[in-house]
Amino acid sequence: MTHWIVAPVILPALGAPFIVLAARYHVGIQRVLSVAGVLALIAIALGLALHTSDGTVILYRMGDWAAPFGIVLVADRLSTLMVLLTSVLSLFVLLFAIGSGWDSRGRHFHALFQFQLMGLMGAFLTGDLFNLFVFFEVLLIASYGLMIHAGGNTRLKAGTQYVLFNLIASTLFLFALGSIYAETGTLNMADLANRAALVDPQETVGIRVAAVLLLLVFAIKAAVVPLHFWLPSSYAEAPAPVAALFAIMTKVGAYAIIRVYTLVFPPNMEATAGLYDLWLLPAALISVAIGMIGVLAAKRLDRLVAYSIIGSMGIVMVSIALFTPSGIAAALYYIVHSTLAGAALFLICDLVLVGRGSLDLKPRPPAAGNAATAALFFVGATAMVGLPPLSGFLGKLLVLDASFNSDLVVWIWAVILGSGLVSIVGFARAGSILFWKAHATKAEDDGVLLSPPATLSYVAVGGLIALMAGQTVFAGQIHGFATSMADQLFAPQPYISTVVETPGKLSAPAKGDH
Amino acid sequence: MSLFILVALPFLGALLPGLMNSAGRSATAGVTFTVSLTAFVGLLTNLPTILEGEVVMARVDWMPLMGLNFTLMLDGLGFFFALLILGIGLLIIAYARHYLGRDDNMGQFFTYLLLFQGAMVGIVLSDNILLLIIFWELTSLSSFLLIGYWKHLPEGRQGARMALAVTAMGGLAMIAGMLILGQIVGSYDLSEILQHRDLIQADPLYVPALVLILLGCFTKSAQFPFHFWLPHAMAAPTPVSAYLHSATMVKAGIFLMARMWPVLSGTPEWFVIVTSAGLTTMVLGAVIALFKHDLKALLAFSTVSHLGLITMLLGTGTAFGAMAAVFHILNHATFKAALFMSAGIVDHAAHTRDIRRLGGLSRLMPVTFLIATLAALSMAGIPLLNGFLSKEMMLEESGRTVLFGTPWLVPALATFGSLFSAAYSFRLIGHVFLGPKRDDYPATPHDPGAGLWLPPAILVALVVLIGVAPFVVEPFVKLVTASLLGAAGVVPEAHIKIWHGLVPALFLSLIAVFGGLILLSVFKPALRLWDSTPRPEAKAIYDAIVAAAEGLARAIILPLHNGAFTRYAAIGAVTIFAAGYHAWITGTLDAPTRTMQPAGAVPIAGWLMLLGATAGMVLLHRNRLLSLILIGIVGLMVSIGFVFFSAPDLAMTQFTVEVVTIILMLLALNFLPNRTPVESSVLRRVRDAGIAVAGGVATFGLSYHFMLRDAVSTPISEFHLANSYKGGGGTNVVNVILVDFRGFDTYGEIIVLGIAALLIYALTETLLRGPVRARLLNRKPDQPRAGDTHPMMMVVLTRVLLPIVLMVGFYIFLRGHNDPGGGFIAGLIVSIAVVMQYMASGFGWTSARLRYPYHGVIGAGVLTAGLTGIGSWFVGKPFLTSDFTYVRIPPFKEFELATAMLFDLGVFLAVVGAVMLSLESFSRLARLASEVDDDHPMDIDPSREEDDADGLTSTARAGV
Repeated sequence: MTHWIVAPVILPALGAPFIVLAARYHVGIQRVLSVAGVLALIAIALGLALHTSDGTVILYRMGDWAAPFGIVLVADRLSTLMVLLTSVLSLFVLLFAIGSGWDSRGRHFHALFQFQLMGLMGAFLTGDLFNLFVFFEVLLIASYGLMIHAGGNTRLKAGTQYVLFNLIASTLFLFALGSIYAETGTLNMADLANRAALVDPQETVGIRVAAVLLLLVFAIKAAVVPLHFWLPSSYAEAPAPVAALFAIMTKVGAYAIIRVYTLVFPPNMEATAGLYDLWLLPAALISVAIGMIGVLAAKRLDRLVAYSIIGSMGIVMVSIALFTPSGIAAALYYIVHSTLAGAALFLICDLVLVGRGSLDLKPRPPAAGNAATAALFFVGATAMVGLPPLSGFLGKLLVLDASFNSDLVVWIWAVILGSGLVSIVGFARAGSILFWKAHATKAEDDGVLLSPPATLSYVAVGGLIALMAGQTVFAGQIHGFATSMADQLFAPQPYISTVVETPGKLSAPAKGDH
Repeated sequence: MSLFILVALPFLGALLPGLMNSAGRSATAGVTFTVSLTAFVGLLTNLPTILEGEVVMARVDWMPLMGLNFTLMLDGLGFFFALLILGIGLLIIAYARHYLGRDDNMGQFFTYLLLFQGAMVGIVLSDNILLLIIFWELTSLSSFLLIGYWKHLPEGRQGARMALAVTAMGGLAMIAGMLILGQIVGSYDLSEILQHRDLIQADPLYVPALVLILLGCFTKSAQFPFHFWLPHAMAAPTPVSAYLHSATMVKAGIFLMARMWPVLSGTPEWFVIVTSAGLTTMVLGAVIALFKHDLKALLAFSTVSHLGLITMLLGTGTAFGAMAAVFHILNHATFKAALFMSAGIVDHAAHTRDIRRLGGLSRLMPVTFLIATLAALSMAGIPLLNGFLSKEMMLEESGRTVLFGTPWLVPALATFGSLFSAAYSFRLIGHVFLGPKRDDYPATPHDPGAGLWLPPAILVALVVLIGVAPFVVEPFVKLVTASLLGAAGVVPEAHIKIWHGLVPALFLSLIAVFGGLILLSVFKPALRLWDSTPRPEAKAIYDAIVAAAEGLARAIILPLHNGAFTRYAAIGAVTIFAAGYHAWITGTLDAPTRTMQPAGAVPIAGWLMLLGATAGMVLLHRNRLLSLILIGIVGLMVSIGFVFFSAPDLAMTQFTVEVVTIILMLLALNFLPNRTPVESSVLRRVRDAGIAVAGGVATFGLSYHFMLRDAVSTPISEFHLANSYKGGGGTNVVNVILVDFRGFDTYGEIIVLGIAALLIYALTETLLRGPVRARLLNRKPDQPRAGDTHPMMMVVLTRVLLPIVLMVGFYIFLRGHNDPGGGFIAGLIVSIAVVMQYMASGFGWTSARLRYPYHGVIGAGVLTAGLTGIGSWFVGKPFLTSDFTYVRIPPFKEFELATAMLFDLGVFLAVVGAVMLSLESFSRLARLASEVDDDHPMDIDPSREEDDADGLTSTARAGV
């Protein structure tokens, strides 16, 4: 048995307490440990992704207990992709946090960061729904800690709303889990897939309500309108590197929907038929619209980026809501793009803030480091609004293409393309005010000249943009990979049998009940 | 040269000017020129193949599953446009070197220019329509950067944004159109699409695809009603206007119409839309151009007009029209670029472009005069210049075109447009160069150096050459036309000649020229008439639309996200309720499989207490202390509920958690007002009550439903019950589940607990560094303090209790695996033991006696749990695999040792650390706010040793 699959969870889970125990007063040591941990994570994630790229499903039984009695971790193409994406993103975010000095503006940044990574990795790797809940809790509490890092009144207020709304989601998650357990008597996803098929067609209300509650939990995480209200202020108020890391957090919701609603409640399952067809796609379309309209309405750059996150999550959700292999493949490609672009833009916000002293979209004199920041903003905004040549355009093209046979194709195209235009206008306006109009604005007499952002900060943002360029150049390979991933998701039998049929401790004497 | 290199060269070369910027302006322009020249020569190396009528192809797979591949194709049409782009590009670069001032960042300018050039070459060489869109949008982006190049000018910024918005809108529409086209044909490759004229035109989606693609073309090529962005793009430096906004980029729409001509043209829809749009644009542009006083605005509207002319020619759908279009594209590019450059020269020399302030420049700037006059005469359609030839062809074609069943409509409007075209051309010559010399120019005009006049002169030489000897370019024009027509048409036999005989087109041409002269002679009254005519101002309309959109966006978004959490939660709750209800009513419901258990008197009593406490909470929640007590009752009843359902572990946990929570909450209450103020209106409270009741009823209904039904299959808990002792070595199933079966969950949860404590600590730290510190220091207690803060009885009692409670904790910990207990409960019990010391003896006294920092305890706990899990790797087992054995150490009886216990130790430490760290964080706030001296645990302590106490005091103080 190889232990590599559990390493992405265990490594940060050991790194963080070690930092708390031994290095809590030494930010230098924390930085070294944190970066080393993330580098190791990337290496492990790469190994796992390579291992699973041929369709292999790796199973890991916690405590040697066989599924469904114990907890299992399962790595397939999808989960390793998410693990890899998270680890790569976290490296650049971490470098930025170090470069900008954010990590030393409060206590325990690195410990919380590592715990956050642990939660993310666990959420992507676990094959057990209750364990997913546990990792959601780890995620939530660590992200709350990171969000209010360095304090400040508005940030604390936004943090309170963030944690409260997500506690509603957690409660709902528990309701959903209770219902699912009451209905099926299991929590393992693969086992659940088998047992959900046993539900009596004469009595489907239980499983239907359970499935829809679970979907709503994930929709809250994915910030689908009208369950998105926690996002704008919390992402805008969070420290920039934290907001950048949060770009992956909404994707946890998207991931969970993809996983559970292809494996446990697949679109062709009768008991749960017609559960979300009526509202999920329209809600996703409204998310796109609200997000991109928000871009136009925003009065501050950080809000603008937060709304664009809602919009791009909407596009992801539109693509997922099609529940076709090509739709899921497009969604996966777009998830990678949206994560990188969102993170880059939040980091750019901080570059602007450092150089300019304010994120208000009102003219101010030219900021320190204006030219480089402007160039990065231009590229980042281009990617986010989905103009060529970067991955945003290709991703949108894939989503549009995948939705060609949908009943709502006209709506989908109209909303995605139309809101694309609105966001172009919004971003162009913001960029023009921030970087161009500055040259026509006189400095006030007592204007304090701010120092330009640190080089490492630029390196981190540049790295994210380089990744997007890579995603563009290798779009064919990545899309091919995403397609094989979607095919694997829509043929879950190997996954299910690997999980359910692999024996563990004491499972020999046919204790199984199915 | 390979097509890939041809397209890539400008993009790669775009890096160079930026790099070379500090090496000086000539060096910067030099490298740019070299890059362009290399591409130009590279293009020419393909000329022999093109002349043979062959098509050069190059292909690399990019996204094969999507059908988006890097396929390039160079045919006659593409070659023609690439030649224009690179050829005129060279002249523009040379011109811009001398045009830009010392304050302008030349590196940036040429970087943008080369990016544009690359994108433009990409458009005309793309064989894949999705690839074409990519380059298409890139031209919009580079045009945006170039228009806004002079960042300090508001016109530049606004013009850039307007151009981007309009062309991007068209681009987005085009994406949809191209996707439909690709879906019809089953391929996005042009070479494939162009073979399927009938298939495409028969498809029901043909019209939507056509409209969407044309939307892209019209916005890009400034066709009515999207023409308004082009004049505002003139805020760009003149080389940009000459290059992008007259010679190349605005022709991209024309190019695409020409490209798609074989498959899209020839239908009534195409004919009506394209021809009428072109015709309207042509007339409208020409009329407006005459009355513009800004030289560049005049040229801009004349460009709009000529683009309309070409569009109209393509719209007719005949081979002759296509040939005339191709020829006019060439001619327009030459004379219009020359005119723009001349306008730039005038602006440079006289420091104004206002025609009303110019005049009489012919003697001051003879060279410029000659260049501009020849170009303008060509534009007016005077024989022996190239503009005449293509205009004749246009008039000839218009004579054959019947729009809306009216044969005279097209020729009349075409002549009308030509008349105005002639008039503004003459005005340009007459009002700028002719007339008396003035003495009030803003600067003294003079001819520029060769660097500025040579590029337009070269173009004018071409104007004259083609005009005098059209047979030179005729084969080339026919070659391009053949490539445009593809299989859909045959190149017309007609020759391009100066003299066709006394054909109708000649008369129309004469009408236009002389009419133009007459119109100019009555310019002043005409201008007065024009100025007094009310007409919509496109910029104002556009601005109003954008402002309205922004206002609407703000009106939607800002009130919706007003920061009121109660509303967010209400919307969320209603959504959840609605979706759940929908799922319920669309499902099927059968009879219950279980019956209700009879309820005894005790459970009912407990249930009533629970209900009473909850109702009390709702009614009395504004009194915070009271509500805390009521919460305590609720917690207690829940614990008893656990006992009732035979879950002693849970009951113990719940009970201890209650104790700790209440203590922590009491501490927190210390900093809060006693009563919660009324903040919401009655109406809102009624609304919230309604939502809350609905949620409660729904939760009840769901629970009730499940309680009366069995799971579809045996629950996994059966396995846990059966194997707890055999596999986990413990008879307490709950504990075995916690530390073994689902130890990984517990591992996650202790981490959650640890993080919570760390974050409370971090929060306190940041609070204490902020403005809160001052508020705490100045805080006056709102109630009288107790006389004896640390009652002696309590101090003595808690100290006596300490070892006993610790012992109980230890006992609970050890027995956990087989009887109710375990690390979690033990941790809470030990915490309570210490909390009691805090309460009784004060924070200072207790803190001073702490040997292990709580951070470390948390860290050690989580590490212990994690390392225990890793330990099983060394025996080849998965993470957290437990093992147990029985040992006997005299004089004890035989007892069990399980690795799970080590894990439980980690849980224990993490719980103790987390609770204590949270408490300590609160206490730090309290100590800052409290004026009472906490140094002494009792107000009266007979055995106090002053020295020792002082020593402790100072340590405690140092810790703050």
